[in-house]
Amino acid sequence: MLLIACPYCGPRDEIEFRCGGEAHIARPKEPDAVTDEAWADYLFRRDNPKGVIAERWFHTYGCRRWFNVLRDTRTHAILKVYRMGAPRPDRGPS
Amino acid sequence: MTRYSIVSLARNALSHHEHWPRLWRSPEPKPAYDAVIIGAGGHGLATAYYLAKNHGVTSVAVLEKGWLGGGNTGRNTTIVRSNYLWDESAAIYEHSLKLWEGLSQELNYNVMLSQRGVLNLAHNLHDVREGKRRVYANQLNGVDAEWLTPDQVKAFCPILNTAPDARHPVLGSTLQRRAGVARHDAVAWGYARAADARGVDLIQNCEVTGFDIKSGRVEGVVTTRGTIKTSKIGCVVAGHSSVLAGLAGFRLPIQSHPLQAMVSEPIKPVLDCVVMSAAVHVYVSQSDKGELVLGAGIDGYNSYAQRGSFHVIEAQMGALKELFPIFSRLKMMRSWGGIVDVCPDASPIIGKTPIEGLYVNCGWGTGGFKAIPGSGFAFAHTIAKNEPHALNAPFSLDRFVSGALVDEHGAAAVAH
Repeated sequence: MLLIACPYCGPRDEIEFRCGGEAHIARPKEPDAVTDEAWADYLFRRDNPKGVIAERWFHTYGCRRWFNVLRDTRTHAILKVYRMGAPRPDRGPS
Repeated sequence: MTRYSIVSLARNALSHHEHWPRLWRSPEPKPAYDAVIIGAGGHGLATAYYLAKNHGVTSVAVLEKGWLGGGNTGRNTTIVRSNYLWDESAAIYEHSLKLWEGLSQELNYNVMLSQRGVLNLAHNLHDVREGKRRVYANQLNGVDAEWLTPDQVKAFCPILNTAPDARHPVLGSTLQRRAGVARHDAVAWGYARAADARGVDLIQNCEVTGFDIKSGRVEGVVTTRGTIKTSKIGCVVAGHSSVLAGLAGFRLPIQSHPLQAMVSEPIKPVLDCVVMSAAVHVYVSQSDKGELVLGAGIDGYNSYAQRGSFHVIEAQMGALKELFPIFSRLKMMRSWGGIVDVCPDASPIIGKTPIEGLYVNCGWGTGGFKAIPGSGFAFAHTIAKNEPHALNAPFSLDRFVSGALVDEHGAAAVAH
């Protein structure tokens, strides 16, 4: 079981949380203007890395707030917890 | 290939069974093949077999990073059924089940298919409606399916707790009598032996590290044992599909998750069917050795670690005890995790990719074992003809652009 450090509540068991999948996926700003290909990218295609993933977690049975986590999918080690809206800490501004 | 029969058994008995030939060769990779399959799991081996048998393509290599059948093929709960909701799914899963029914004879290898019947329990009104809908859809598609009332469920599987005040009341169940279980290793070994006999090279301990792609077309595959030239590559690597797609330069709508399973200590025969409950994430059968074989739902996060979190097992065991009070003191012997390739619509992807000559067969998620023969059959056709078979045409990669999804979350019966 993962021990996840909620930025608002501190370290808690994984059973209090729900994983919300890959982070930093922005909804197209003008939905009417994008192609089907771009919709497929937004809705379905994912990086699914074997290594460090940036993903969203939701503290369902706690503060009920969302935050982001950097985690290694090979070892489950949590490398960094950061707030929603903050840039991905292991990459420069894009 | 030595044909297995009562005669060969008697002959080998005379030499104390010490001179049975190996099931397949262990050849060195050749510099070039007509087609290369990546991944020697059930689906990859079946693909190689049907390429050789149905399409006469015998210059085929199957490359395996680890050992043959050592991934999800050797880690699953071995359930075989075809009671899926939509026409597209019913067609390919039912074709697969029909191939299963003749597989031991065809491969001359006992895959131990046991058509003992699979129950999919309903615990609430929604389950009942969905279950009946699926039964009627199955019947319209020629797939055997029945709806059982609680009393009929009790008669079919007496150790189930069907009391009205149970934590998970049983309000009915679907039943597919032709469904059941098979021996997971035997399927891989049987296909491997039969493919090898037709000239397919099975190359283990050979990891693919890259593709040789020129002007959008594959020309070869780079491995830890050298570069192999080929114009057709079938990628059948389940949980690692996104990694290989990344090497080829495109993204898949796939997420890799751990799926856990476990076995109990062996007990006397007590459960002669397969019981699945999607609502509480339990599926259970009893093996010929007497162990209960149990599966849980997937873990919610992405992982390549081949293990999951303990609370998933705890939830599954809790529900198992409520459904089967008789198992309350049973000890579990071991648990393990496999990495499953989950698709947004719980249906597979079998077909072409943006790279000419590179084909994918993935996205089977939590339920690929049952589809091994049908998947290999359709994928071999796709690779040989460079166009999908009618069975797998609906499961193309571009359905995620067109929006023509095949939503099988209900029939997949494992929590996603």
